[in-house]
Amino acid sequence: MSRPSAAGLPEEYLRVGTSSFSDFAAQVAPNVLPSARCASAGAADLAPHGTTIVAATFPGGVVVAGDRRATMGNMIAQRDIEKVFPADEFSVVGIAGAAGIAVEMVGLFQVELEHYEKIEGAPLSLVGKANRLATMIRGNLGLALQGLVVVPLFAGWDVATEEGRIFSYDATGGRYEEHAFFAVGSGSVFARGSLKKLYRPDLDAASVTMALLQALYDAADDDSATGGPDLARRIFPVVLVATADGVQRVTDSQIADMVDEMVAGRRQRPDGPAAPLT
Amino acid sequence: MSTPFYVAPEQQMKDRADFARKGIARGRSVVVLHYADGILFVAENRSQALHKVSEIYDRIGFAAVGRYNEFENLRTAGIRYADLRGYSYDRTDVTGRGLANAYAQLLGTIFSSGGEKPYEVEIIVAELGPTDSQDQIYRLTYDGSVGDENGFAVMGGQAEVITEVVRRGFRPDFGLAEAVRLAVDALASDGGPSAPRREIGVEALEVAILDRARALPRKFRRLRADRLTELLRSGTEPVDEGHEAIPALPPQSVPETTLPSASGPAGSGAPDAPAPPPS
Repeated sequence: MSRPSAAGLPEEYLRVGTSSFSDFAAQVAPNVLPSARCASAGAADLAPHGTTIVAATFPGGVVVAGDRRATMGNMIAQRDIEKVFPADEFSVVGIAGAAGIAVEMVGLFQVELEHYEKIEGAPLSLVGKANRLATMIRGNLGLALQGLVVVPLFAGWDVATEEGRIFSYDATGGRYEEHAFFAVGSGSVFARGSLKKLYRPDLDAASVTMALLQALYDAADDDSATGGPDLARRIFPVVLVATADGVQRVTDSQIADMVDEMVAGRRQRPDGPAAPLT
Repeated sequence: MSTPFYVAPEQQMKDRADFARKGIARGRSVVVLHYADGILFVAENRSQALHKVSEIYDRIGFAAVGRYNEFENLRTAGIRYADLRGYSYDRTDVTGRGLANAYAQLLGTIFSSGGEKPYEVEIIVAELGPTDSQDQIYRLTYDGSVGDENGFAVMGGQAEVITEVVRRGFRPDFGLAEAVRLAVDALASDGGPSAPRREIGVEALEVAILDRARALPRKFRRLRADRLTELLRSGTEPVDEGHEAIPALPPQSVPETTLPSASGPAGSGAPDAPAPPPS
């Protein structure tokens, strides 16, 4: 005999099975999920796009930074958008691509991790979280083919191996572990070139943050879609650091001081610090 | 052909209630009480893995007694309800009252439907309010009735005896250590005032709090045995590090090898070449 349907909690809520929030939501309320959307080829022009995210590891963890610009074609859609978020207490996700879908996907990913942790009584491993994000990107492939591509960068503190780790993705859901540093988004080519010259594995958290700020500056220097530090409005990159103490956001005042120091240096040498030739 | 017996609805409901009540009274008890900085959950539970107390949402905790599979099912449903609501609307739109209502509907429907046995569970939904005076403790019974408890609630096992001990000792301005002591003392006195007090070690307790002082949005956290021992011994709680990293196994990797150095010039290895002499 089937259970009588209750007003408060329908039968699906009591069904034993998945620990995944998105699988559950797909059964009871598919309309709330980002993947429920259908788009035609022109949709990409309607959506603002977020741009460059950079990340680098240091001996005690990993730092992720993102610029603050969203663009729509040749227009700046928003100058203070935030594209780097804590995914849970030990991991960080940064997003490049179609901003609306990407922000929604981050929200879903955060709930997904928390939901699993509450139902199972233990959090997912860092690689498990990275794989879960890959599944969500794969679910977005249909939209990606219509131009609404979302490319995240996932990083976090791995409590099992006690190190900071970085994962990158492609639009089809491929997941790749990156070592030392990585960048995604339209300015990523320039940011990665900059980090190649500036990054050293023995840098501490503050020095790695400075290297990332320099890389974002270099990206903004050559890519019109990446925003540089807005000195007049005091809008600076968002910087999150994941360590054994969890995820913390570096204060705006500290970032402001570092940006001022960097910009003062750039006044002397606009291309940024010079690396030795040999 | 047999004629079914007529059973009066009053009798039918009474039988079902007796059945559920008996099941609930068999287990160990859970005490939930308000203290100065939040809400405390103390359960007598020898298992470290099968929980009676759990997190539902940022400011909502859940405790249950009775049949494990039934309240586990309710707990999962509650987490699903809260997460779906918080995702569709906003995190602040998930309330303990809404959840308690949903549970009440479900339990009530099952209890009064003739088709299946009533749930042998009793649950508590506790919500941390924005201020001290707005904390809520809802107690739901097997038949779907909801009680809004004032300050504390006890369920399962010898609930009446334990309630009496808590009522006598309870003060709303208790610190955490005093509140835990009272709850443990009450659980240990379940034999009644004349019986000797049982000894309950920290390893047989499941303790969790909704901590108003916690900096993170998720206010629920467990107090594990070492912290609990420290709390009961010194009366002060060790500093909350904010995060709880559960120790995990390192990942397995493919075993590595170093190949033996090649002998003779490269490319001369014909299939019938003699094996190199052992050095």
